[in-house]
Amino acid sequence: MNSFWLVFGSVSYLLVLFFVANWAEQRSARRRSLVNNSYVYALSLAVYCTAWTFYGSVGRAAESGVDFIAVFIGPTITMPLWWVIFRKIIRICQVQRITNIADFVSARYGKSQALGVAATILCVIGTIPYISIQLKAISSGFGILTTANDTDSFPWIDKAFYISILLTIFTILFGARKLDANERHEGMVAAIAFESLFKLFAFLAVGLFVTFVVFDGFDDIVQKASTLIDLNKIFTIREEKTSDWFWYCLLASLAIMFLPRQFQVTVVENVNENHLRKALWIFPLYLLVINIFVVPIALGGKILLGTAVKADQFVLSIPLHFNEKVLAFVAYLGGFAASTSMIIVECTALTVMLTNNLVMPWLVSRTDFQRRFGGDMGQVVIMLRRFFIVLLMAGSYLYYKNVSDKYSLVSVGMVSFAAVAQFAPIVLGGIFWKRGSLVGAMGGLLVGGCVWFYTLIIPSMVSAGYMSPDILSKGLWGMEGLRPESLLGVTGLDNISHGTFWSLLLNILFYVVGSLLSQPTALEHNQAALFVDVFKYSKTYESSVAWKGKALVTDIKSLLTIFFGKNHTEETLQLYAKQNKLDLNTRYADSQVVNYAEKMLGGAIGAASARILVSSVAKEEQISVEEVIDILKTSQELKTLNEELTRKSEELEQLTQQLKQANELLQIADIQKDDFLSTVTHEIRTPLTSIRALSEIVHDNPDMDEEQRSHFVNTITKESERLTRLINQVLALERFETGKQELDIDEFLMEDIVEESLETLDQLAKEKNIKIEVTYEGIYDPIRADRDRLIQVIINLVSNAIKFCPAETGKIQINTMQTDSSLSFSISDNGQGIDNKYQELIFEKFYQTRDQSVRKPKGSGLGLAICKKIIELHQGTIKVESELGKGSVFTCEIPLNKN
Amino acid sequence: MKILIVDDEPNILMSLEFLMKKEGHKVFIARDGAEAFDIIEANIPDIVLLDIMMPKVDGYQVCEFIKKHDAYKHARVVFMSAKSKEADVSKGLELGASLYVPKPFSTRELMAKVNGLIKDIAQAAA
Repeated sequence: MNSFWLVFGSVSYLLVLFFVANWAEQRSARRRSLVNNSYVYALSLAVYCTAWTFYGSVGRAAESGVDFIAVFIGPTITMPLWWVIFRKIIRICQVQRITNIADFVSARYGKSQALGVAATILCVIGTIPYISIQLKAISSGFGILTTANDTDSFPWIDKAFYISILLTIFTILFGARKLDANERHEGMVAAIAFESLFKLFAFLAVGLFVTFVVFDGFDDIVQKASTLIDLNKIFTIREEKTSDWFWYCLLASLAIMFLPRQFQVTVVENVNENHLRKALWIFPLYLLVINIFVVPIALGGKILLGTAVKADQFVLSIPLHFNEKVLAFVAYLGGFAASTSMIIVECTALTVMLTNNLVMPWLVSRTDFQRRFGGDMGQVVIMLRRFFIVLLMAGSYLYYKNVSDKYSLVSVGMVSFAAVAQFAPIVLGGIFWKRGSLVGAMGGLLVGGCVWFYTLIIPSMVSAGYMSPDILSKGLWGMEGLRPESLLGVTGLDNISHGTFWSLLLNILFYVVGSLLSQPTALEHNQAALFVDVFKYSKTYESSVAWKGKALVTDIKSLLTIFFGKNHTEETLQLYAKQNKLDLNTRYADSQVVNYAEKMLGGAIGAASARILVSSVAKEEQISVEEVIDILKTSQELKTLNEELTRKSEELEQLTQQLKQANELLQIADIQKDDFLSTVTHEIRTPLTSIRALSEIVHDNPDMDEEQRSHFVNTITKESERLTRLINQVLALERFETGKQELDIDEFLMEDIVEESLETLDQLAKEKNIKIEVTYEGIYDPIRADRDRLIQVIINLVSNAIKFCPAETGKIQINTMQTDSSLSFSISDNGQGIDNKYQELIFEKFYQTRDQSVRKPKGSGLGLAICKKIIELHQGTIKVESELGKGSVFTCEIPLNKN
Repeated sequence: MKILIVDDEPNILMSLEFLMKKEGHKVFIARDGAEAFDIIEANIPDIVLLDIMMPKVDGYQVCEFIKKHDAYKHARVVFMSAKSKEADVSKGLELGASLYVPKPFSTRELMAKVNGLIKDIAQAAA
């Protein structure tokens, strides 16, 4: 095939691509976005399938069977997790205007410039080999097609060189045309989606040709191949390979999340987070379809071409073998599409990273940058990006010339995968674990990166001849444990799995331990909360103030104008002010506006640079240092305040609980009071009724006989006394219960008060002819107590005993026992006794008016309650022992205080 | 008229007994509900003056007993109680009592009311 036509075809293809991109951007400008569509979004994710998939899978399948599929199985299995992971990352990036993965980790860990730099360097070093294999694929494809036609006389020096230049130009056209605060490239996405469709089409065309034209379906190929090779050996996973399989799957599922180009299409270019939903099944479907014909092509190539042609080239060689030039050309363009899409997106993502994280922070922190670069910083940024695209392509070309040429597509690709997999701990940790800190992230990334370099790059440098092979066989400094391909003597894994294992293990270890041991700054603390709880804060973030910079409105405007131009700046600021009801016609900008400006700049030049720039404007007010301290203090105060509030609310809860209990007690007390009141009124009404009835009778019947009259009048007197007694007792009880009653301590002999009490009761006892005996035991000393109250107790208990004793046979015994430390006295009778179940209750006021099985002589029902109160005031106890029908014993015990 | 007086307060029993006897009625007295049951069964009173709060069996139960049996239910029941809340009064009347006299009461009013009942009984008989 003539190379002229090939060049013409390639350039034409690129022009078509460019046309698609332009069309998409025009539609986007007219607000009829082509990219705002979940199918386009899903197809753009297929930028994952590069030349490696297009050529390399077949090569890998022919060499080592089903191994190739691990790279697609991994992402397919983990895809459902994307809904949790990427919905969050997309939201975070939208809210914080994050445009690449280096910016993401930098912003998460306290807007650290150093972390951004480290992440960028790792990405660049990790992906340059990957870009280089795309160059390799294109140029070797080109070579295959042209060598088939030896009449070619075009003066090629080095095909890959020219291809690199061509792709550089196109990448610049796609990815670095204008500066945007969102860093979104709708044209590029549309083009990528188109390329995904085209490469699928091309690959399927070859697959169908091989399977159904050359052979007679899948069965035919397999049957024919089985006579040539041991299929069983190739198409089963050998046992010793299972751990490699695991590591490949893991590696692929991590890489597809954190490869710069995947982050670009999945997160940065995402228009609507709901597109993710559909992509979660369309994208795996795409992977499945593009892999259907890998094995047939690989087997077909083996059958037809044997080992004469490298398996990596079967996709092109088989059509050529049958002289199907058009098909071969389509296949070549498919590979070209796979390569170019990868190069364009990868370079765009990397250059944004390089400018925003490496150059801009340094540039904008120079005090004279504005003077130097004049008013149009936007142009400077664009130029920088173009410069970096050139640099990246040059680097990839050189890598290709010196290293990649010696390796298969797949093995170089896996090395890149392992590099970006180093982002997994700090990104995933960053969005789910608030404790993850800058120290841990830096440690994890650096250690992981270094181990990656040592275990995976050093061996390739050795085989490229840049280093002595001694390091592989003897280890660094001759230490066997440090051999790059078997650290600490670990063997049994292939070099990719081995490198992945060690780098990820140490990465995670340093990240976790570093995070746990370090104390995050206030800014880290805030950012961690904003990332992990993004769904909680995303609504309020726009209006929240993370930076209380004080800056002139004009300064803010001129700063934005430098990057976005006068019109765009004015429009955006007016819109924001209107939405948030802010006034822009003030001298100083509202802190929300300052914040918004920083975010807008952050989208264009990275979070770290934006922070430097905005603080430079605020610096004129000489507040930057104080401001920073202020921020730290504010967040510290907020934290303390928050803790304080939490504690307060806990206290409040306890208090509420206590109040509730108190309220319950009050309610009980209220019920008791009601009971008491109705009992008292009943007790008062009863004697009143008798008094009224009897006095009316005496008055109305002047002719009644004298004896009866005097009996009635006597009864009236007795009932009046009963009433008086009752009232006195209620009042006394009230004094005891409210604590108003105090003891009037006196010194006296126990014998004296017993005698005195008995004198009062003498008449009552004699009426029933009851005998009372008294005994005194123990020491005979005066005691200190309230004399009158103790007499009250004795009278009460003895009069009760008299009431309950049968007349004539009644017997009452009073025993006192006095020691140094206590006095006890008991009153026993041979009366009717008290049922066991009432013994506790009789000390309660008005108990007698309630449930009573045996009628007893009237009392106020307050006597025993008062006795109990008096004894308790003396720190003593009162108790009753009794059995129904056998009398009762009331015993009081009082401690005697010698002083 | 056969009048039964039921109360656990002896002084009240004494005064009511005096009054009723003076009017020429045949008077029975009971000091609690249980005693009242026996007397009712044995003598079938025409009027029962009934206290409510009594040990063992209370006045409500006595009233229920009276109104439940065909043999005694013609007896007019007069509650006399220190319980004078609206709810107590209506409970008493719902049980079929003719009157509810709160304590402390005037003997003159009580006698007037009892005489009214006697007139009713006479009319009902006629």
